[in-house]
Amino acid sequence: MKKIFKLTDLDCANCARKMEDAIRKIDGVQDVTVSFMTQKLTLVADDARFDEIVKEAAKVCRKVEPDCTINV
Amino acid sequence: MTGRQKKMLVRIIAAAVLLAAGYLIPAQGWVRLVVFLVPYAVIGWDILWKAVRNISHGQVFDENFLMALATVGAFFTGEFPEAVAVMLFYQIGELFQSYAVGKSRQSIASLMDIRPDYANLERDGKTEQVDPEEVAVGDVILVKPGEKIPLDGVVLEGDSMVNTSALTGESVPREAYPGSDVISGCINQNGLLRIRVTKEFGESTVAKILDLVENSSSKKAKAENFITKFARWYTPAVVIAAVLLAVVPPLILQGGWNDWIHRALIFLVISCPCALVISVPLSFFGGIGGASRNGILVKGGNYLESLAHAETVVFDKTGTLTRGVFNVTAIHPNSFSEADLLELAALAESYSDHPISRSIREAYGKDPDLSRVTDVEELSGRGVRVRIDGKTVCAGNDKLMEETGVQWHPCHRVGTTVHIAVDGEYAGHIVISDEVKPDAVQAVSALKQQGISRTVMLTGDAKAVGESVAKELGLDEVHTELLPAGKVDCVEQLLKQKSAKGTLVFVGDGINDAPVLSRADIGIAMGAMGSDAAIEAADIVLMDDKPSKIADAIRIARKTLRIVTQNIVFALAVKGIVLLLGALGLANMWEAVFADVGVSVIAILNAMRALKNKL
Repeated sequence: MKKIFKLTDLDCANCARKMEDAIRKIDGVQDVTVSFMTQKLTLVADDARFDEIVKEAAKVCRKVEPDCTINV
Repeated sequence: MTGRQKKMLVRIIAAAVLLAAGYLIPAQGWVRLVVFLVPYAVIGWDILWKAVRNISHGQVFDENFLMALATVGAFFTGEFPEAVAVMLFYQIGELFQSYAVGKSRQSIASLMDIRPDYANLERDGKTEQVDPEEVAVGDVILVKPGEKIPLDGVVLEGDSMVNTSALTGESVPREAYPGSDVISGCINQNGLLRIRVTKEFGESTVAKILDLVENSSSKKAKAENFITKFARWYTPAVVIAAVLLAVVPPLILQGGWNDWIHRALIFLVISCPCALVISVPLSFFGGIGGASRNGILVKGGNYLESLAHAETVVFDKTGTLTRGVFNVTAIHPNSFSEADLLELAALAESYSDHPISRSIREAYGKDPDLSRVTDVEELSGRGVRVRIDGKTVCAGNDKLMEETGVQWHPCHRVGTTVHIAVDGEYAGHIVISDEVKPDAVQAVSALKQQGISRTVMLTGDAKAVGESVAKELGLDEVHTELLPAGKVDCVEQLLKQKSAKGTLVFVGDGINDAPVLSRADIGIAMGAMGSDAAIEAADIVLMDDKPSKIADAIRIARKTLRIVTQNIVFALAVKGIVLLLGALGLANMWEAVFADVGVSVIAILNAMRALKNKL
């Protein structure tokens, strides 16, 4: 399943890159892109555990860049 | 500027004033420290706070932490003004970055400001404003002058001019009249239109285009991936080098700690890869945005990158280089005037529904006076025989002329020839052919100018027709009488013949080219207004049907890539040089700030050039 989330207050390009790296490492994530330009997160992950993975991604985001939030 | 940016600006100004004051106050010792700690606190408190917070999350190579470490370190080595200045410039750089990115994001958003906000739905004789998503296929909507057409449909009532410039970059408006198809995202200029909706919002042109543009940044170019990988090891490497620089030389030399720590701090200031990480995607984003302003939709930075290396351009003929509709291209009378011959032909063909008959009537332009025509006889595979004003008129091919024993002669023009005879006398002939698009010649020569080494045309048409078009346009090669599978084979062959670095571009109208579009390195579909299949299959979509846009697309791609290369080389070179000078003790904090923030600012300004593609 592929879903696009809007990001709020993503204000550094390097953080976007770090977020992307960190989310990619989550189990079950097939593909992820964090676009600093469009302030969007595109997540492709297992259908069965999708909600769980989104929660995990939000947690990882808080860790990497506490100012930025994923609008679920 | 957003509220956050304004607050930051106030802090920057306050800190700058305080820093200047610090220079003027002739304080010594700890008083001097306090004098500089005040502006430092004003400008840097949030960085320090973030550094502490992020390090507790295990983010060692966090830029806030590195900045905090560099500036606190500078305080310890007694460089108070430098410490404040580094923090100040860092914040200025961040503010500028966020402002510039916001600005370019906005300008791209306004380029793509085609999303309709509402639709005037007719329901039970009344109209009401609803969300375009609520409108179903078959519903009737009203579009007033000045409004955006919210959904694709067919005009039921009303005549108007429709502005398509937001979609195509084309400023000449199109006509809309009862029966014509209209496309969402266009602006209705003068008349009231009643439209029957043919596609729901999610399937309509405007939604597809928005989806395409919004997703384009998820397909990253090689240059972008390189930068991402580079950034991953750059920061740790520079930080480790800084630690070694601070510790190893003083241990070996037994002393000089202050000097070596100072050099290490310079490393920390330069350690953020921001300039690169921001400027490369910004350039691609700008290039894609600038292209879409011209009606060229690019599905990702990777396609822009390979388009820049285009070497072979392969065209489909019908609908791409030619109009794909049949037109009268020559009238060669024997004994009549051109207008009389055309009138005669139009009258003779007035009862036929054949495409050729239709194009003759279209060329005639008026409604033929049917009362003059009697005894219509369709002769299948040959033409028609009718009586006009009492005279027997035959209109058809050479077989018909042979049968009726008319002295005819062939035409030198390529195309379908309709001969006309009146009472057994040869009256002349009319040639009907597919017309070459007005900008096709220019499109091919523009490609040559851009250094495209090979231009090829593929067509299912007859050899004579294909070769004459290729000659007219100045194409290098032509392959004729191809079936769709043959086109794929041809492209495979051409792919083998090109150089390893160059790419092959295929341009088609997208209707039955899907396999070839996907086989080529880059598939360009044109005339995509309203054709979903083309938007899906291609990598680059030209909204209108002008082949000259291909050269424009390549120019934009090359400019974007040039900017990307400039940014990468410039940023790496400056950082490299300052790192080297810093290690040798020849650079100070000021140069380090320039290598970090200054380079970022210059790279961003350069990247924003990609957006400005005035054609």
